[in-house]
Amino acid sequence: MRTTRFLALAAAGVLAGAGLAGCGAEDDSAGDAAGGGPITVKASDTACEVGSTEVGAGTVVFNVTNSGAKVTEFYVYAAGDRVMGEVENVVPGLSRELHVELPAGTYETACKPGMIGKGIRGALTVSGSAAPLTDDAALAGATDSYQRYVQSQTGALLDKTTEFVTAVKAGDVARAKALFPVARTYWERIEPVAEIFGDLDPKIDGREEVLEEGMEFTGFHRLEKDLWTTGDVSKDGPIADRLLTDVKEIVAKANAEKLSPLNLANGAKELLDEVATGKITGEEDRYSHTDLWDFNANVEGSKAAIAALRPVLTERAPDLVTSLDAGFATVDTTLAEHRAGDGWKLHNELSKADLKDLSDAINALAEPISKVAAVVAK
Amino acid sequence: MTENRVSRRRAIGLAGAAGVAGVGVAAGTGALLRGTFDPKPTSASSASGAVPFRGEHQAGITTEVPDRLHFVAFDVITKDRARLVELLRDWTVAAARMTAGQDAGVVGAVNGAPEAPPDDTGEALGLPPSGLTLTVGFGPTLFRDADGRDRFGLADRRPAALAELPRFPGDALQPEISGGDLCVQACANDPQVAVHAIRNLARLGMGVVSVRWSQLGFGRTSSTSREQATPRNLFGFKDGTANLKAEDTDLLRDHLWVQPGDGQEWMAGGSYLVTRKIRMIIETWDRTSLGEQEELVGRTKGSGAPLGQHDEFDPIDFKATGPDGKPAIAETAHVRLAHPDLNNGARLLRRGYNYVDGSDGLGRLDAGLFFMAYQRDPRKQFVSIQTQLARHDALNEYLRHVSSGLFACPPGVRDQGDFWGRALFD
Repeated sequence: MRTTRFLALAAAGVLAGAGLAGCGAEDDSAGDAAGGGPITVKASDTACEVGSTEVGAGTVVFNVTNSGAKVTEFYVYAAGDRVMGEVENVVPGLSRELHVELPAGTYETACKPGMIGKGIRGALTVSGSAAPLTDDAALAGATDSYQRYVQSQTGALLDKTTEFVTAVKAGDVARAKALFPVARTYWERIEPVAEIFGDLDPKIDGREEVLEEGMEFTGFHRLEKDLWTTGDVSKDGPIADRLLTDVKEIVAKANAEKLSPLNLANGAKELLDEVATGKITGEEDRYSHTDLWDFNANVEGSKAAIAALRPVLTERAPDLVTSLDAGFATVDTTLAEHRAGDGWKLHNELSKADLKDLSDAINALAEPISKVAAVVAK
Repeated sequence: MTENRVSRRRAIGLAGAAGVAGVGVAAGTGALLRGTFDPKPTSASSASGAVPFRGEHQAGITTEVPDRLHFVAFDVITKDRARLVELLRDWTVAAARMTAGQDAGVVGAVNGAPEAPPDDTGEALGLPPSGLTLTVGFGPTLFRDADGRDRFGLADRRPAALAELPRFPGDALQPEISGGDLCVQACANDPQVAVHAIRNLARLGMGVVSVRWSQLGFGRTSSTSREQATPRNLFGFKDGTANLKAEDTDLLRDHLWVQPGDGQEWMAGGSYLVTRKIRMIIETWDRTSLGEQEELVGRTKGSGAPLGQHDEFDPIDFKATGPDGKPAIAETAHVRLAHPDLNNGARLLRRGYNYVDGSDGLGRLDAGLFFMAYQRDPRKQFVSIQTQLARHDALNEYLRHVSSGLFACPPGVRDQGDFWGRALFD
């Protein structure tokens, strides 16, 4: 689909060099690990206690335990909310480990009970010897950082899709409806990566009218249609199983895929284009009207890709970084007006004026984002 | 790879010779089709050439009206005055380039980095300037918003003449296609050139302005020069016979250009634009007898002569009576109500266009007149005339005013460092 062009660019070797540099950087940093045991993180619905706020450069391990009642997430951010590492979907009562490579610098940790908002933040200082990044290493670092993000999302995608599929097969329509936009969040955040696998994307996310002659209508939107129109999913067991199989396959492929910095730049733009075409109009989730969940997830995915590229952009085009920050802030503010509880208003609850404001905010951000690829490529 | 990169400027040079021949053929065919119409042939330079962008007044007001229009109204969505000014500077540079037949940006549509979106959208590559003019205007809401807030520190610079138009009887205005903080009128002989210009300005404005509404037009419905024959509107009548013409220098000073001392000095040399989208109820009109159509308008449909006279430009005699003893031109006839004699001498420079926006879903043509008129003071001119028409014009049975706009169009861009509206923001 739209991915053909930048895949070709990646293959042409713009990124082959960066990929090699990436491997080198990983090997180096793996050599001087921080030492010491995992840092314990006690997460609850109201607190985020990080066992140590000063660590040595290298691989740092966090052990996150959720003692709250809400599902939580744990992040390590560099400046500009660039995600250095994260664990998603830590359900109450469980512990999860996060391994993250951190060069010397100042960071923030964050727990996100309920998986929304900026989270409960704390400072983290990393000291020790870490060579300054060269240009190429910065690009390699960008793809490494984004690939960690993709992995965190695919893990949560698999978990939440499994829960969704289980609810469908159990005939629990109310629960399936509640899980539908949540599972899709993880999909929508990494959609450009999923689109690389052009045969799986339509099976998982295809809408009825875009399917080619002879292709079966499967995936999220098929189940959405049944859940919201007839409410009868008694015959959808095979469709649900098929969705889970397809998601497992795309997760494995996405995690194995070597991404290029141009994939990130173009992906960030494409996510906003997705918003501008499918989400603003409400055509994507036409039965459930949960388009704003997807909208927000697309923006978050775009932000993650830009955040990964931030060191490169800051060095090469600082003015562009300023415009991007302002653009994301405006989108977030405009979108925040339509929050409803832990989720979002339905698309059909928004007025035409609301949608135009959102559209303007997306266009204002997409314009500077369209300049990122050229900066990365130069 | 380099030899494939064609600049629009180079393409114009190549197209030059072919363009002249093409226009000659078109003019000849037009004369044949229109029979006795006998329009003066359009010169090659005005049909395909470039209209100077800089000057005392903005181009696109008294400039000979070309055949195509793309008009757009924008909302300003930034709160930052500096960003608005920066956009007006960027727009001025792009407008100067595009009206000269160049790409909107210095890199161009096809010469940039493969990873970057081009700084011109490319659909005008290979096309000549086509007489493109771009004319900018500022709406009342740029000075104060609906809640009365001074948005950009401009409130005390709002001209008194830029007063919101009153509500006229029968108005069926749709807010979503009315008003606007800024407007740009693109006129050209090639619709692709006009659309290209607006599209590129909208692209440059992302994040600063947002398109509120836009309108395509074809078939000018008035003449702004004695060089042009009077065209017909979609009712089939000649329109704009008594229009102000570029040649009427004294009349233009009195009725068109804002003069020093009229109020806000930044507007001296500028003009006020009123736009009205007037839908025509085509199907019922087409069932109306020829006699009634002519009575409603007050002119004959064939020659355009006032009723009771012979030629289009014969003076209108409001006292003349027909064979039945009644006034030849009815009390409610359009030409009588719109005439300067009934409106304290008020005159307008009109440059409206026909429009067809397809059909309306009920099988009716969604069509009419996109009326545009420039003037020195709308309060004394458009408002006076439209009040008469809205109250009494028998033609109103076949018309619906669905959109309205009012804009202060500043004077022309004088030199290299000047930009659209600089005097307003200084």
